[in-house]
Amino acid sequence: MVEFRMPSLGPDMEAGKLVEWRVKPGDRVKRGDIVAVVDTQKGAIEIEIYQSGQIEQLLVNLDTKVPVGTPLARLRVEGEAEPGLAAAPPPPTAPAAPSAAPPAVEALVRPPPPPISMGPVAAARARVSPVARRLAEENRIDLSTVAGSGPGGAITYADVERELRKAAAPPEGKRALWLDLGAMRTAIAAAMARSKREIPHYYLEHQVDVTPCEQWLTQKNAPRPPNSRLLIGALAIKAAALAARRFPAFNGFYRDNKFEPAQAVHLGVAIAIRGGGLAAPALHDADRLSLDELMSRMRDLVQRTRSGRIRSSEISDPTITVSSLGERGVEALYGIIYPPQVAIVGFGKVVTRPWVVDGAIGLRSVVTITLSGDHRVSDGHAGALFLAEIGRLLQEPDKL
Amino acid sequence: MTAPADKLHLSREHLLDLLKQMIRIRRFEDKCAELYTQEKIRGFLHLYDGEEAVAVGVIPVLEKRDRIVATYREHGQALVRGVPMTKIMAEMYGKQEGCSRGRGGSMHLFDQATNFHGGNAIVGGGLPLAVGLALADRMQGGDLVIACFLGEGAVAEGEFHESLNLAALWGLPVLFVCENNLYAMGTALALSESETDIQRKAACYRIVSEAVDGMDVVAVEAAARRAVQAVRESRKPYFLECRTYRFRAHSMFDAQLYRDKAEVETWRQKDPIVRFQEWLEASHLIHAQDVLRIEAEIASEIAGAVAFAEAGTWEPVEQLTRFTYAESALPADR
Amino acid sequence: MIETTYREAVREAIRDAIKRDTRVFLMGEDVGRYGGCYAVSKGLLTEFGPERIRDTPLSESGFTGAGIGAAMGGMRPIVELMTVNFSLLALDQILNNAATIRHMSGGQFGVPLVIRMATGAGRQLAAQHSHSLEGWYAHIPGIKVLAPATLEDARGMLWTALQDPDPVLIFENVMLYNMMGKLAADAGPVDIDKAAVRRPGRDISLITYGGSLWKTLEAATALAADKIEAEVIDLRSLRPLDDATIMASVAKTRRAVIVDEGWRSSSLAAEIATRIVEQAFWALDAPIGRVCTEEVPIPYPAHLEYAAIPQVPKIAAAAKTALGRA
Repeated sequence: MVEFRMPSLGPDMEAGKLVEWRVKPGDRVKRGDIVAVVDTQKGAIEIEIYQSGQIEQLLVNLDTKVPVGTPLARLRVEGEAEPGLAAAPPPPTAPAAPSAAPPAVEALVRPPPPPISMGPVAAARARVSPVARRLAEENRIDLSTVAGSGPGGAITYADVERELRKAAAPPEGKRALWLDLGAMRTAIAAAMARSKREIPHYYLEHQVDVTPCEQWLTQKNAPRPPNSRLLIGALAIKAAALAARRFPAFNGFYRDNKFEPAQAVHLGVAIAIRGGGLAAPALHDADRLSLDELMSRMRDLVQRTRSGRIRSSEISDPTITVSSLGERGVEALYGIIYPPQVAIVGFGKVVTRPWVVDGAIGLRSVVTITLSGDHRVSDGHAGALFLAEIGRLLQEPDKL
Repeated sequence: MTAPADKLHLSREHLLDLLKQMIRIRRFEDKCAELYTQEKIRGFLHLYDGEEAVAVGVIPVLEKRDRIVATYREHGQALVRGVPMTKIMAEMYGKQEGCSRGRGGSMHLFDQATNFHGGNAIVGGGLPLAVGLALADRMQGGDLVIACFLGEGAVAEGEFHESLNLAALWGLPVLFVCENNLYAMGTALALSESETDIQRKAACYRIVSEAVDGMDVVAVEAAARRAVQAVRESRKPYFLECRTYRFRAHSMFDAQLYRDKAEVETWRQKDPIVRFQEWLEASHLIHAQDVLRIEAEIASEIAGAVAFAEAGTWEPVEQLTRFTYAESALPADR
Repeated sequence: MIETTYREAVREAIRDAIKRDTRVFLMGEDVGRYGGCYAVSKGLLTEFGPERIRDTPLSESGFTGAGIGAAMGGMRPIVELMTVNFSLLALDQILNNAATIRHMSGGQFGVPLVIRMATGAGRQLAAQHSHSLEGWYAHIPGIKVLAPATLEDARGMLWTALQDPDPVLIFENVMLYNMMGKLAADAGPVDIDKAAVRRPGRDISLITYGGSLWKTLEAATALAADKIEAEVIDLRSLRPLDDATIMASVAKTRRAVIVDEGWRSSSLAAEIATRIVEQAFWALDAPIGRVCTEEVPIPYPAHLEYAAIPQVPKIAAAAKTALGRA
């Protein structure tokens, strides 16, 4: 038994619609007989059979469109037995051994002609794409220190960008902090832009009565010389550090799509640098320091930061940051989280406000503290508890 | 004319050969049609059914050293000329064992060994080539005949007129064989030419012209003998219009909306093979077993050619840019 | 050295070829009795006779195809198409036969044909007689395309082209025929596949060919007065392009301007600019510039024709732009 298939009649014929059979089962046909009519985009074409034999069965109904190669009818060729006499189903006629498909075109893909070797003049210049060169110039990046990831080791835009991020973010290596304010500002810009791009910030604020703190400080500082007095900032930092210990979702790093809570609380303290710079080096283990220790370390940190003598570990270690604008600041400060940290706490300035105390209106010293939290790690509920904890701790300054 | 050329060698052997050559073409074309429907042969396929008498009548009259320029409907010409059927079939498949290394396909059969200069797919495009080949021969003082096959559709192209004019003006030994099958693809001759008497057009260029019944292989051969001798001796062009008919469509993908089935049937009654065979049988020049033997030989040859093509190999893709320039010259990818 | 013209150099090349090789002959419109539309073949009919200097009817397709056939038949014809403007009538023969026969026949038949054509604008011949289509022809695999701009090349490229087994098209810019200069008395065949550095420089590469070469050299002189040292490259061969010479120059100068008398869009200049981007990107200090013919059919009045095609001021300005000195 052989199959008569929908023939290909042209290079752009993909299918045909059978519109007429000229034969029926039982008819004898010979090679060259017209057996059907097929409708194509060019019109109705009579199709011939290339086998001789007897039509056994028609397989496709009229007015059906079928792809080229679809079996249309079965034909018993001369010499085959009648059905029913054969013990086994007749073997399908083996098609002519198909030639192997033409070789794949991938073999053809040829690398473009190799760039010519550029000679001494050009070889001395690194391969830098025009757009990378522009970015480097704008940001004062030294191209000789940049590794290239482009074709043939060329430096690309992404390579320079990466260099910028390294410069802005806390460095992993032994990079010294430099006081090139222009470069620092650029690094800050890159880091802050990245923070805003990547971290979904949420913001909470809480007004805290710090009159107890003031009263306690006045009392504590009374016998002390000026340079050993405690400042309210130290209380704030200690409270924030203790709260961070109790609420680990605000103390740690978000890296590789997951949050790693930190073992210690290294509190980053935002320090303004004369001329427009900003750094936030760490007070290590801030939750364990006494207020005096904390105060003296803070003083030391500020002095060293402003003179450019910060250790790299101090820059890279903060697990949470606290920022305060001091007395000349504003009531509330909403910070931008320093990646890879997940929170930044802001302290506004102390203001005198009417307050309800024991059922009556009085004047109290009030500070607005804020939390900018990474919503990938924490949410408002936790943030509120965290902030409330800071506020609560500040009600008992003697316990800090 | 009583020159020897007039007297055909009507030996039995020769007549059988004429019949065999025509049947050979017919069966080959039929097999190509079948293979095309199975997508073994791709692209365009233009079959010669009905026109066999022209190729078989003209080409054997030429010498081996003569040259032939043909059209895209050239399987018949190539077969009669002696291009091996295996190489033709392999070419149709696109295999590198084909006569054009598989690079040309059905429309571009070329064979240097038999001076077969294609296989041209631009209607009329081969005529200036034939004129040029004849010009070279003339300048080299040779005695070649350049046979140029063309369809009647080519007479509408400017190149037909330019070529005939040049051939006549410069006295070039071109034998123009016009296969007038009345249709240029789907356009009837009467709808495209103000003057449908083709050989008159050639006569206007002062070229010796005649028309012959292209369905009668003996008549074609007789005319070809006259023409070839005239060209070889006079070194001037000759125009032979062979009035014939194409039984199949222009190409495989053709619904033939432009002509009547009745007309096709009428012409089929003049099938060159059937007529010739009947005449031979009636004249007791051949017997039934001659035909059977011929058919069997041809069937075997065709089966062998198909097997050869099936077993053929694809040219490696890495060689893609070869044959763009001469191999000894610059690399082809410049 | 002798004092001669570009026209005479071409004539001498033809004469020399016909004398040395019996297969060579010249065929075209008015090449014989008229002496050639541009007087290139003046006197050759008398010297060599009508078989070797063959006047044709106005049948561009017919006689170009005949040239192809004659080349296939063992001759070495020089087909003269009067100008590139009329070559369009022979485009089918050039593209579908000359360029493809070797390939279609699987390498069996080649076409060792030379076609010479005049090209270019500048004589107020208006739109149908002023094309520069050598860039179009340079698009086609299977042929070679030359643009001799100097006397040496006009004299020497033809013989080498006639020896080539593949079709070679030679484009002679109409504005060059009258150009006078000195040529070695024994000037002979030259190569047809290398570009030439006509003027070394270190600040910018000016890449050009044909009629535009001399304008580009003039522009280079003007630029030198502004302390810009331009390197001028004469392509000589448009297909194949000599990438090595082009890239070596751009690697050195880091800037390139291409001067091409074709229309700007999809021009040969676009091809060269792309090759520079592919092969010398990292050496570039500035975008690649192009000075081409404006997007307009060539107008008849002198001032408009002047404005349409590349000129010295435009070339110099493009160079300055690349140097950031516009």
